[in-house]
Amino acid sequence: MSNYSELIKMCSQVRRDIVRMVHGCQSGHPGGSLGCVEFFVALFFSIMKHEPDFKMNGRNEDIFFLSNGHISPVYYSVLSRSGYFPLNELNTFRKINSRLQGHPATHENLPGIRIASGSLGQALSVAIGSAISKRLNNEKNTVFCLCGDGELQEGQIWEAVMYAGAKKVDNLILTIDVNRQQICGSTDEILDLGDLQKKFSAFQWKVIKVKNGNKIEEVIEKLKLSKLKSSKGHPICLLLNTEMGYGVDFMMGSHKWHGIAPNDEQLKIALNQLEETIGDY
Amino acid sequence: MKKIELKDTRSGFGAGLLEVGKINKNVVALCADLTGSLKMDAFEKKFPKRFFQIGIAEANMMGIAAGMTIGGKIPFTGTFANFSTGRVYDQIRQSIAYSAKNVKICASHAGITLGEDGATHQILEDIGLMKMLPGMVVINPCDYNQTKNATIAISKYFGPVYLRFGRPKVPNFTKDEEFVIGKGIQLSKGLDVSIFATGHLVWEALEASKKLNEYNISCDVINITTIKPLDNDLILKSVKKTKCAVVAEEHQILGGLGCSIAQLTSQKFPIPINFVGINDSFGESGNPMELMKKYKIDKNSIVSAVKKVIKKKAN
Repeated sequence: MSNYSELIKMCSQVRRDIVRMVHGCQSGHPGGSLGCVEFFVALFFSIMKHEPDFKMNGRNEDIFFLSNGHISPVYYSVLSRSGYFPLNELNTFRKINSRLQGHPATHENLPGIRIASGSLGQALSVAIGSAISKRLNNEKNTVFCLCGDGELQEGQIWEAVMYAGAKKVDNLILTIDVNRQQICGSTDEILDLGDLQKKFSAFQWKVIKVKNGNKIEEVIEKLKLSKLKSSKGHPICLLLNTEMGYGVDFMMGSHKWHGIAPNDEQLKIALNQLEETIGDY
Repeated sequence: MKKIELKDTRSGFGAGLLEVGKINKNVVALCADLTGSLKMDAFEKKFPKRFFQIGIAEANMMGIAAGMTIGGKIPFTGTFANFSTGRVYDQIRQSIAYSAKNVKICASHAGITLGEDGATHQILEDIGLMKMLPGMVVINPCDYNQTKNATIAISKYFGPVYLRFGRPKVPNFTKDEEFVIGKGIQLSKGLDVSIFATGHLVWEALEASKKLNEYNISCDVINITTIKPLDNDLILKSVKKTKCAVVAEEHQILGGLGCSIAQLTSQKFPIPINFVGINDSFGESGNPMELMKKYKIDKNSIVSAVKKVIKKKAN
């Protein structure tokens, strides 16, 4: 999928999936999921070389790791719409006997998932390991990882950031979802993240900023730039400015929709704002 | 009689690691700034491209190891037992155990015989922590030979493993033979009591059994190296014969091997059991032998536990 109008249609459909999935089980995390739609659609439908006929080892593929596992709705929607598993399985999200666990897991063998995440701060280390493994196997592919900005408060992140910079793990592109919100409030209020560009630069990373992470054209452009700048001795950090809840007016601009589900009426309002483009699951 | 050589179990790990490095090119080793203590130097020297110095960052080490398995690598992580388990429990739980990754968590300086460094480093809860994780294999070898051969055996097994060994030099008395995961080893046969021991306490159990022979008490001494999965058949066969048991381990009684054996026997063949282990306390600085005596996990403590448990037997 290469043209922007198709990708924009996909974004609208993925947003419908997210609110419907979260509504369907009356739990989950719509805010961060909605904010990261353009990033996921860009990655899976434009940037990554990947094979929906899933193999755990991902040999000769680009590999993606989600560290902030609570935004599983957007991940599951995009995996399913890429062909990793049947669309109707989105109905089972967070329900008993489902492969679509609340937070992504390998335990139920859901195609597309290579590591469990949910307890925050862990998948960047995993991504580094995967990137090193690719180098040892002489694979030229890139490893991608997404972290939330609030997640940067976890100590393990900085162990991993220090390692990747110092050891020049340069087949690695980390995206930070900078929505400046976390469960209890804004990141500024809870624990100020400071100047992320300076911090990552100080740890020997190459930093690229995306001013509007909810604009698919810019996301694709900067992801392409990131790939261009990779394999040059530095890991890449993409600071992706997004708006939590993007696309649903009453979910935007606040931390309140981080982890709650819409009721029937709210779902109706949300779906009225999101065009059904490809077809609901 | 041939003199028994004293060797540290961690050197057995180092020798085993070098061996698996030669056998399997997918084996990689990661260390959190304790290469010398873990005896990983020989592997580092021989296979520099497959050795990863992570720095003092154990959580990151566990995550990197988990990620490496995805590309088909077999990572052996090396640090002290305290930093291999308690410090990184959530990383092991989520990124390794729950994700079913083929990581070998190799942990030295386990237990109170770490000695002079004191309680901050003497983890006595690690077996309990690790055996509770679904899918985790837990192995606690008793000497150099067993540690070396267990290291080789786990490289051929697919799945997460916790391999626990120690710091001091102890008698290297077992045969240099292939290690079979999940199989206990009968070291002596007796009729009056079963002594199930693990790790450094296996030698103490053998010494205790010699002393007990002088009191006409004959002991079935069994080396339980794999704590999970437990060799149920061997344990039950023994207790059906002896009708009582002592379990000896360098670990908290609460949550250790003794609990696993008590759980098994309570279901299949209830018998009286006495427990030789650390009784709900932290350790302290001191030399290993002094500490084993003070904390009642030496051969004399096993002798005394056996005498008491035999009295509890139904006639």
